Amino acid sequence: MSSEAISSADYIKHHLTNWTYGQSPTTGEWSFAHTAAEAKSMGFMAIHVDTMLWSIITGLIFIYFFTKAANKASAGVPTGLQNFVEMIVEFIDTSVRGSFTAKNDMVAPLALTVFIWIFLMNAMDLVPVDWIPEASKWVGVTFFGADPHHVYMKVVPSTDPNATIGMAFSVFFLVLFYSFKNKGIGGFTAELTLMPFQSKNKVVQGLFIPVNFILEFVSLIAKPISLALRLFGNMYAGEMIFILIAIMFNAGLVMATLGGVLQLGWAIFHILIITLQAFIFMTLTIVYLDMAHSEH
Amino acid sequence: MNINLTLIGQSITFIFFVMFVMKFIWPPLVGALEERKKTIADGLAAAEKGKHDGELAKQHVLDTLKDAKAQAQDIINLAEKRASEIVEESKDTAKAEGERIIAAANAELEQEVNRAREQLRGQVVSLAVSGASKVLKREIDEKANEDLLKDLVAQL
Repeated sequence: MSSEAISSADYIKHHLTNWTYGQSPTTGEWSFAHTAAEAKSMGFMAIHVDTMLWSIITGLIFIYFFTKAANKASAGVPTGLQNFVEMIVEFIDTSVRGSFTAKNDMVAPLALTVFIWIFLMNAMDLVPVDWIPEASKWVGVTFFGADPHHVYMKVVPSTDPNATIGMAFSVFFLVLFYSFKNKGIGGFTAELTLMPFQSKNKVVQGLFIPVNFILEFVSLIAKPISLALRLFGNMYAGEMIFILIAIMFNAGLVMATLGGVLQLGWAIFHILIITLQAFIFMTLTIVYLDMAHSEH
Repeated sequence: MNINLTLIGQSITFIFFVMFVMKFIWPPLVGALEERKKTIADGLAAAEKGKHDGELAKQHVLDTLKDAKAQAQDIINLAEKRASEIVEESKDTAKAEGERIIAAANAELEQEVNRAREQLRGQVVSLAVSGASKVLKREIDEKANEDLLKDLVAQL
């Protein structure tokens, strides 16, 4: 928490605001937003620099270590990093073989990327909430002469719905693509309109079509939405609790001590959540793609 | 919580990472795993084969040992037979030799006896002649009686 007296509400708000670069709706110029309200006013023509930055950093960490292991990969006795990477690859491979019945060389790499990348993005949650924001505030004020209240840095990309929805929509796009590719337009349409209600009577069947379509369409759309919001919700709530615990550090010695204990406990529990959420996202990705490949 | 271009940026980043993993990370890692699996399977198969070969060799050794034992027994039996034969032969030979030696000794003995008898006869004759000559002295012509003496010797 900053040394200047700011209210808890402001503190929380500051922590939940993204570092935004976008087009001002009034002047039409591209610039960094100074306040949360300004960022909001930019609408769709804005980009969360912190989300992109940290997701790319975590992604590159993943790429770096796995490329290193992949370059050294051999049939000999594996050691250290290679052993660890192979363990993960084996785990992903088993999961994919277990849930994905068709043949597609893209699914396993996709599952690996989803699992590790989301895990690393979630793991940013374990970095104490003020470390990176305070460091970037210092950098911003010292080198760029920014107003300390206007330096925003939200370090957990998966607490930004843009990140989770972006990934979920990419997966959804693949689901649609493979559904059309494997079942054809007719097959996919039939799947959407002729189930779950079926009748031998042609007239009754015709009446069922709109009902079926509504049901199936909702369940189809629910896939990416639930995928995105489940991850976002879990991580956002976790981050929020870390922020609330951090407020306790400013409320006297007793509260600060209690806060320290709470933070430790929540962080340990959160290790489970970040892994579990990464795993769920991966498993559902595999399952949805499997459904896109299989005939009913 | 504004929805904005970040969504698209994140999708692009995601697709880029997936493509990178698909092209450069996943194939070599899985390839290595597959290769190791194959190596291990080959190794196990080779071990199994080696074990099998070992068992065969053991069986072969046992068979050979059995053959060798049987052969050795045959040889021993043969040798024993031959030994007893040799002993029998030697016994026969020894017996024959002994008999031969005894016969030779007997013959020699006879010869000796005969020779001694001859000698004795001669000595008796000469003794008789000398005794007679001493008795008769010049009365008897040695030459005239020689024929008579020869007859006498022959009659002895």
